[in-house]
Amino acid sequence: MTYPIPETDPVLVRDEVPSDKHVQPPALWRWLSQRDWRGFALPLAVLALWWAVTRFGLANTQVLAPPEAVLVEGLHQIFNGGFVWDLLASVSRDLAGFTLGGLAGFALGTLLGTSRLAELLVAPSFNAVKQIALFAWIPMISVWFGMGEPAKVVFIALAAFYPVAINTFEGIRSVNRDYAEVARVYGFGRLQLWRRVILPAASPQIFTGLHLALIYAWLATIGAEYFLKSGYGVGNSMIDGREHFNMGSVLFGLVVVGSIGALLNQFAVRLEHRALKWRNRAA
Amino acid sequence: MSLTETLPVPALAAPAATPRLAQALAGLRSRVWRGALALILPLAVLALWHAATLNGWVAQQILPAPALVWTTLLDLWHSGELWTNLAISLTRVAWGFSAALVIGLALGVAMGLSKTAEAYLYPSFKAISEVPVLGWIPLLIMLVGIGEAMKILVIAKAAAVPITINTQQGIRNIPQPYLEVARVYRFNPRQLWLKVIFPSTLPSLFNGFRYGLTNAWLSLVTVELLASSEGIGYQMVWGRQLFQLDVVMACMLVIGLVGLAIDLFLQITETRLLRWRRAAF
Repeated sequence: MTYPIPETDPVLVRDEVPSDKHVQPPALWRWLSQRDWRGFALPLAVLALWWAVTRFGLANTQVLAPPEAVLVEGLHQIFNGGFVWDLLASVSRDLAGFTLGGLAGFALGTLLGTSRLAELLVAPSFNAVKQIALFAWIPMISVWFGMGEPAKVVFIALAAFYPVAINTFEGIRSVNRDYAEVARVYGFGRLQLWRRVILPAASPQIFTGLHLALIYAWLATIGAEYFLKSGYGVGNSMIDGREHFNMGSVLFGLVVVGSIGALLNQFAVRLEHRALKWRNRAA
Repeated sequence: MSLTETLPVPALAAPAATPRLAQALAGLRSRVWRGALALILPLAVLALWHAATLNGWVAQQILPAPALVWTTLLDLWHSGELWTNLAISLTRVAWGFSAALVIGLALGVAMGLSKTAEAYLYPSFKAISEVPVLGWIPLLIMLVGIGEAMKILVIAKAAAVPITINTQQGIRNIPQPYLEVARVYRFNPRQLWLKVIFPSTLPSLFNGFRYGLTNAWLSLVTVELLASSEGIGYQMVWGRQLFQLDVVMACMLVIGLVGLAIDLFLQITETRLLRWRRAAF
């Protein structure tokens, strides 16, 4: 039994008729109206309060600068001040320390992960030393390496070293024994075993370690610049700002520190996603 | 299953006794062996350190002798200096952490329960937490001065962030069926909180406390190094300024030990608190 197929589906037709009355709103408007703006209420309230307090002289403007002064100072720093140099100095020092500490951490993590004897020998000491708060190393580092660039890089490297070492170790340890056995069955050489089995299997955790290291390294960069005051850097400019009661400079630095941290974080997330994409293919 | 159950028990138990003893002995031996191996590296470092200072390979100003560090530690201990400073530091941590508990729990519960509260608060929270504690210190010094309030605020911020996040996540992740069962049983709000919400968020809450307390201790050390006139961190700065590195190293040791103690304390509390969960399996 066959049904006569209607030539046009009335429902479909009604939907597809282009109606002049329903013009699409402009993209900007759509974007504006779809966003959740409620999150801005609190910051705006704080900003208004801040402005009112400084405007009507409820607080000493020597100490609490008015918002517009902070904005002016920020713009001044970006266009006329040494902001670019500070930022460049901080970021390059951050990356130098991250690279050094990451490599050292990867080496130690690999050693401990592959050799039981090395683990028994080193891991307890490593865990004990790890208990010392990172910043407690600053006084000793300043004696051993001075106040200049080497000391800062060493400190940043130390901050990046721990998470990479721990996560590399755990990543390698958690590689399934079966994988290694399959590799043995296929007669993989040592290098092949590493390249094709162990590193790929351990890579998610190694990336976690690198991600953490990136965050800690940035934190350590700012810290190193606070404590080892010499040269340029975002941290230096903030400390200087505080000493000269320049709140604009301090607030601007705060925003920069937060933004760079967020950017590094985003970068790590993207990189991790890309590098680990192959894992989803099999699953 | 049934086969092992029907086996005569004594026949199994009697020969099992000696292997068990042997096993225990073997376990003990491997433990001693492990301990001995673990000590090799520290002892080697200590020996090298001792030799280096004894033979003048490095100047005393750069690396004090291990024996000197030890006597300094004992001196600080006996003179009470260490205790006074440690007490000041720990009081700060306690205040900061308590403030963080109140703020973090309130924020976390509000944002976990209500989507509206989350919409209003979360972006600001996120922005504040995105800037590390270290970035806030200069601003806080300008706003509230260099005194106790600044230190407690810094510690509170450091601890409140993980507490808030974990509380919110914990509440969000309560399995929907639990709430449905509670509704079926017509739990009143008090029962709902005590029997459903609190127990099922406890592991996550504890995670938050754990990170919070660790963060609090770390940021205390930082803030005391940066701006303080008492406390264990200050003692270290003072030692550094006078080039008394034995004091610095003794303080590092104490800081490490306190960190370890906090870690152990948290581990023990966690197993205690969450014991009921394990009993189920």
